[in-house]
Amino acid sequence: MRLAKTLFTARETGILLALILVIVAATVANPSFVFSGDGWRDLLLTPSLLLLVAVGQAVVIITRNVDLSVGSVVGLTAYLTGRLFIDVPGIPAIAVFLAGGLLGAVLGLVNGALVAYAKVPALVITLGTMYVYRGINIAWTGSDRINASDLPKDFRGLGTGMILGLPYLTLIALAVLIIAAWYLHTRRSGRELYAIGSDPAAAHLYGLPVTRRILTAFVVSGALSGFAGVLFAARYGTVASNAGYGWELQAIGAAVIGGVAMAGGAGTVWGAAVGAFLLLTINRALPIIGIDDFWQQAVVGALIIGAIVLDRVLAVRRHRKLIAEREDHR
Amino acid sequence: MVAAPPDPPSPAASAAPLLELTDVTKAFGAVVALRSGSLALHRGSIHALIGENGAGKSTLVKIIAGLYQRDSGGFTLDGEEVDFGSTAQSKASGIAVIYQEPTLFPDLSVVENIFMGRQPTTRTGGIDRRAMRAEAVSIFDRLGVRIDPDRVTDGLSIADQQIIEIAKAISLDARVLIMDEPTAALSGVEVERLFAVARSLRDEGRALLFISHRFDEVFALCDTVTVMRDGAYIATTPIAETTVDALVRQMVGRDVTDLFPKLPSEIRDVVLEVEGLTRTGVFRDISFQLRAGEIVGLAGLVGAGRSEVARAVFGVDRYDSGSVRLGGRTLPRGDVRAATARGLALVPEDRRKQGLVLDQSVTRNTALAIRSRLSKWGLLWEARETAASREWATRLEVKTNSLDTEVGTLSGGNQQKVVLGKWLASDPRVLIVDEPTRGIDVGTKSEVHRLLSQLAQEGMAILMISSELPEVLGMADRVLVMREGRITGEFERSEATPENVMMAATAEGAAA
Repeated sequence: MRLAKTLFTARETGILLALILVIVAATVANPSFVFSGDGWRDLLLTPSLLLLVAVGQAVVIITRNVDLSVGSVVGLTAYLTGRLFIDVPGIPAIAVFLAGGLLGAVLGLVNGALVAYAKVPALVITLGTMYVYRGINIAWTGSDRINASDLPKDFRGLGTGMILGLPYLTLIALAVLIIAAWYLHTRRSGRELYAIGSDPAAAHLYGLPVTRRILTAFVVSGALSGFAGVLFAARYGTVASNAGYGWELQAIGAAVIGGVAMAGGAGTVWGAAVGAFLLLTINRALPIIGIDDFWQQAVVGALIIGAIVLDRVLAVRRHRKLIAEREDHR
Repeated sequence: MVAAPPDPPSPAASAAPLLELTDVTKAFGAVVALRSGSLALHRGSIHALIGENGAGKSTLVKIIAGLYQRDSGGFTLDGEEVDFGSTAQSKASGIAVIYQEPTLFPDLSVVENIFMGRQPTTRTGGIDRRAMRAEAVSIFDRLGVRIDPDRVTDGLSIADQQIIEIAKAISLDARVLIMDEPTAALSGVEVERLFAVARSLRDEGRALLFISHRFDEVFALCDTVTVMRDGAYIATTPIAETTVDALVRQMVGRDVTDLFPKLPSEIRDVVLEVEGLTRTGVFRDISFQLRAGEIVGLAGLVGAGRSEVARAVFGVDRYDSGSVRLGGRTLPRGDVRAATARGLALVPEDRRKQGLVLDQSVTRNTALAIRSRLSKWGLLWEARETAASREWATRLEVKTNSLDTEVGTLSGGNQQKVVLGKWLASDPRVLIVDEPTRGIDVGTKSEVHRLLSQLAQEGMAILMISSELPEVLGMADRVLVMREGRITGEFERSEATPENVMMAATAEGAAA
């Protein structure tokens, strides 16, 4: 009963329904949206990469911070992936994954250290590192680009292949999602991320290791983005210096649509994941439903604003209801 | 309200103190917050700590909590010297502090709030939610309270939030429990519940420190009382051997004669009339008059509702009923522009937040309130701004290299002068000043006092809110006292003694 109530009232449920609605509408308009090999694969594949980045972003936002550098991290690690395969012939894919994750983690550590120790708002710090990381990427790449032919066939298969009707990429994203959700829900340090975001001053008074946790959140975000960068190379094959451009805003949008509060302390990675799917699926569904391309960005924007307004209305209503209950008890 | 008789100290209280502070000092830059703090807490005892605002009580508590580190002095726990570098260390040593404003995580559940950072875990290291919830329920049962453990803490009453803080302390198995004005926002029933909990914790052998401004509560609950004044320890007495009068004398006991030169001025007609002003839950039935040439002091403890009344009169905040009349005409509610236009000025409490634009020049800030008068053809002319601000900067003796200096770089005293200048430039008939000398040095302080006195002589009506008793008594022609949102005392200059005012500000049922 309690479980049913939780499920029914959860913010994630609403967003999941919206996603299903969009898919159904698009499928009615054109059945191949779901019921065709390519349609099914695209439906799952495209959002899976963003999902990884959005999960990391959600972890950061939950601590009342934000990471604008994730798109640049994706770009850097995607190019690193290509370079490793070219410069180190025969390098095992697993080593490349580790290298990408590690580079991402280090870049995240830089963000986290600047935010946690220099006490400068994350928005400013990561806006700076977003440009710095992208600048390094451009200086390193130049006009060069990685082509599909530079990458081993097995590795490419990882980005596009399927098993039991599900893309590998989606399965990887799902595994990461489950681990992140489990961590945030059941580990002390995971709960402390919520506490820090809910009220940083109170977290300090509780004696929670605020600095260390914020550092961790940024490292997680960086590592997941690095991971996504490697998979980006596997999925698309072609990597230029603009890989991952604009992903930071999509990741934030996904988290917000999924009910992760920008003020920290509330929301789940499940929500962010569904948000990532909704954000990208809507983009593909609109032309099929018959809405002009020109309107796509506006619709996405409306979705984000709608999600925030909805959250605000719900929060105010909840707050009023709680206070009314309290008055009744007197 | 509090019927239970004071309990005698239990035998354990005679043993060596559990927590002891001796001659502890703490300074922030040049400001000395604690000159000599001493305190000894015993097992099975409820100890009261009282003193005026700024007496150093909070600083002392924050040192015990590990939030501040002492500059010098001794601090022992159970006979051993301790030196807390963080709140986590203090907590680990079994000290729990409940602040006046509970510090909970509004988005998280009641259970999570109690156990955050030290949740029970299963063998695999995950949080054992079932055990955690069960323990919370058992603590609530023991405290005899009904709070849904699964709800978020957002929207809980202050009383319930405090119960959660206490539950936190119990789950920690705290040996020392410090409550900083826990009853300030509680109703009678809630206070009773809190006291019952406090007594049962005492009977378990814990040491409790209770900070309060309410004497009736101190006498009903505590067995020992320590008085602080001006950052220093004054005395510790068993509660049975003291009286309210004696404690008040210890709290205020200082010379107030030679300070604050209020010049005699001719008191004329009534300019401001406030009648039956009420804002539900904040202040109630506030009525007073202000005459030209008069300084009226508004005394009371922090949180008594004085600033709120001032803000409502000025039109920043709304009020539910009552009226404000300026020069015989009713002032519209919540209309700062009308109030300013009719000659009302408010110098707010927190000048950095409410009174100044810190990164702008002295000139700009001074001219802020009279922009419309200075502007011509809809434009603001710098020459006119400068002329207007120079007049006031000179008169107030603002110490700055140039009028172009950013206000944020001036000293506190000079900032306060700029705020004053800003409002005085608008040539008000009624001036409300909220804590005009808080945080400024003695020299500037007396300059501000002389200025206020002069303005009154020139016929201005001044309402001065101040938590510093000597300032109120020295400056005011008449003293109004507020307590918990009501006016509880009014004294002419001749009858306003520290004891009278303090009594009206603190005691239940004091003569109104």
